[in-house]
Amino acid sequence: MSDNTVTFKIDGVEVRASADKTIIQAADEAGIYIPRLCYLKELPPGGHCRVCTVKVNGRPVNACTYPVAEGIIVENDTEELNTLRRNLIEMLFVEGNHFCPSCEASGRCELQALAYRLGLLAPQMPYLNPQRELDATHPDIYLDRNRCVVCGRCVRASIYLDKKNVFGFENRGIKMKISVNSNDGLRDTNLTKDDEAMKVCPTGSLVIKRQAYLTPVGSRPYDKEPIGSEIEKKKCS
Amino acid sequence: MSAKSEKKIVINPVTRIEGHAKVTILLDDKGKVKHARLHVIEFRGFERFVQGRFYWEAPTIVQRLCGICPVSHHLCAAKATDVIVGAKKLTPTAEKMRRLMHYGQTLQSHALHFFHLCSPDLLFGFDAPVEQRNVIGVIKADPETAKKAVLLRKYGQEVIRFTAGKRIHGTGAIPGGINKNLSTEERDILAKDIDIILQWCIEALELCKKVVKSKLDFFLKFGAFDSNHLSIVREDGCLDLYDGLLRAKTADGKIICDKVKPEDYLDYIAEEVRPWSYMKFPFIRSLGKEKGWYRVGPLSRINNCDFIDTPIAEKERQELMSLTKGKPINASMAYHWARMIELVHSAEKIKELLSDPELQGTELITQGKRQKRGVAWIEAPRGTLFHHYEINDNDQIVLANLIVSTTNNNEPMNKVVEVLARDYLEGKSEKEITEGLLNHIEVGIRAYDPCLSCATHALGQMPLHVQLYDHNGALLDEAIR
Repeated sequence: MSDNTVTFKIDGVEVRASADKTIIQAADEAGIYIPRLCYLKELPPGGHCRVCTVKVNGRPVNACTYPVAEGIIVENDTEELNTLRRNLIEMLFVEGNHFCPSCEASGRCELQALAYRLGLLAPQMPYLNPQRELDATHPDIYLDRNRCVVCGRCVRASIYLDKKNVFGFENRGIKMKISVNSNDGLRDTNLTKDDEAMKVCPTGSLVIKRQAYLTPVGSRPYDKEPIGSEIEKKKCS
Repeated sequence: MSAKSEKKIVINPVTRIEGHAKVTILLDDKGKVKHARLHVIEFRGFERFVQGRFYWEAPTIVQRLCGICPVSHHLCAAKATDVIVGAKKLTPTAEKMRRLMHYGQTLQSHALHFFHLCSPDLLFGFDAPVEQRNVIGVIKADPETAKKAVLLRKYGQEVIRFTAGKRIHGTGAIPGGINKNLSTEERDILAKDIDIILQWCIEALELCKKVVKSKLDFFLKFGAFDSNHLSIVREDGCLDLYDGLLRAKTADGKIICDKVKPEDYLDYIAEEVRPWSYMKFPFIRSLGKEKGWYRVGPLSRINNCDFIDTPIAEKERQELMSLTKGKPINASMAYHWARMIELVHSAEKIKELLSDPELQGTELITQGKRQKRGVAWIEAPRGTLFHHYEINDNDQIVLANLIVSTTNNNEPMNKVVEVLARDYLEGKSEKEITEGLLNHIEVGIRAYDPCLSCATHALGQMPLHVQLYDHNGALLDEAIR
């Protein structure tokens, strides 16, 4: 074992990883799926959604921000943690207006796919039915805040990958929403449909116009296999 | 006559129809029918809540107003959005895939209606014991026919799955085309069974004809009344369920309007609102509210077309039309016969399409000059369906108007209730108005195969309610389901 490599356990499985990795990065490399929503490997971690919460030596932490360490004991795929994750996903559903049956993101939506993977069939909490704004002003793009889970991926992608800073957060807590850096909606920003920010939305919130339903039902990403399968395949190979 | 001496009969809900409604019949002090109404007690909402959504979402959102004929709404909305994206002519693969989807739906919907909803009346009698007069009774009496009914519907649903992606509420049709072709594997699965499916459709038609011919005079007079007839027909006058131009005829076959294009529909059709129903009353403008109402659906389509382009259905059309020497048939119960001709036609069309290699083509979408208004129609199983959308510069829908098949049949369904109330309830005492007699009213409504959730674009679950009042305004009888 070299100096910068550590060994630890996730759900009893021994994992070796570079000491500069986070738990979620190490797990991905080892073919162990930790559910996540705001985390995307191409972006710096945000630590917003808490779906990737694991227990390290019995203490809950974000797998996307917590560094690996020698000998730590990580709990991931446990009934307790999956129940907490299911509750988080459920809250995201009832806090927004997510109408999967007609949503163009259905079948490729990570929120929907997580709900299926975690066994959330129907929310038990009351729907809040909030009034949310739809920004359709851009000729090629729309931002539907009804479907936004405020994961911040677009914020980070615009800053770190596109170097544009088109998106930001506004308000706090349950009133938090994505804002754009103009007073006249998306049309007055320098966002283009080729930006990296347009590739990162986990739901159907930030979407390129006139591309809907091009993939038939049955051929969409999560029609074929559950979310996380692409990571778990590494373990098999 | 004082209001106190009137009586009111209520049937609530009307059963074995799609959706929820009630019937009220008001009798005066002499027991005469003062008025008879079919009330649709569902709330409409879709035209409002698609406002603000994008036009490409319309085919997927609006189809959710129905679980029986969503394909009609899906395709009609897609046709309207074809206009918006400037797709004047679809690729052959796209048009044929959509047609296949539509014939699959017509087949399953007509089979569902005939076997599951109306065959208990036709096979056991309108006043047969209620415990027998239902689909379970049909299964017990003739399990082989019941099995064929289920498999017919299943086949239609499979056609829909292979063309739309799902059996119910698929996403196949998109603005300007379709998102998939028919793979050779899918084609072979459907082709394997189409001959037996066609045979079963012919058997269903023969069964229907046998029942009707056994009491032809009775069926031709039951709930009969004159009306105009409206449908789309192909430009050459052929029956066409997917596309065509609008034609309307009078009860005796005179043309009221012909070759009307979808974009001009408002010049010909208007809708009246009456306070006692959530369903509007459409009429032909040139004839006015009183005389302009019309029938739609299988009977009107058979009455209006000049011919059918599939051999078995055309032969059957000629036999049906010979009953009135080629003039329109105005008998409500003839809907069943016409519907079964269309069932056969749909199977013939599916067979024809499955041997067409263009279904395996790869050119799926076409576009042209963008428009801000899109109007389209289609012949849904229950009749002519209109979809009209207008959009703003941001691609959002700002106006949606749906005139749904069952809405077009609103006045005829009210008329059939009135005619049957006069024929069967007038002058009867309270004791004489049995459940079986009230079912005669429902039989008349069922002939039109109404889909009331479609017609009102309903929200939620709402029941159907029939009430009978006496001339004193006292409730004599009611049924709620």
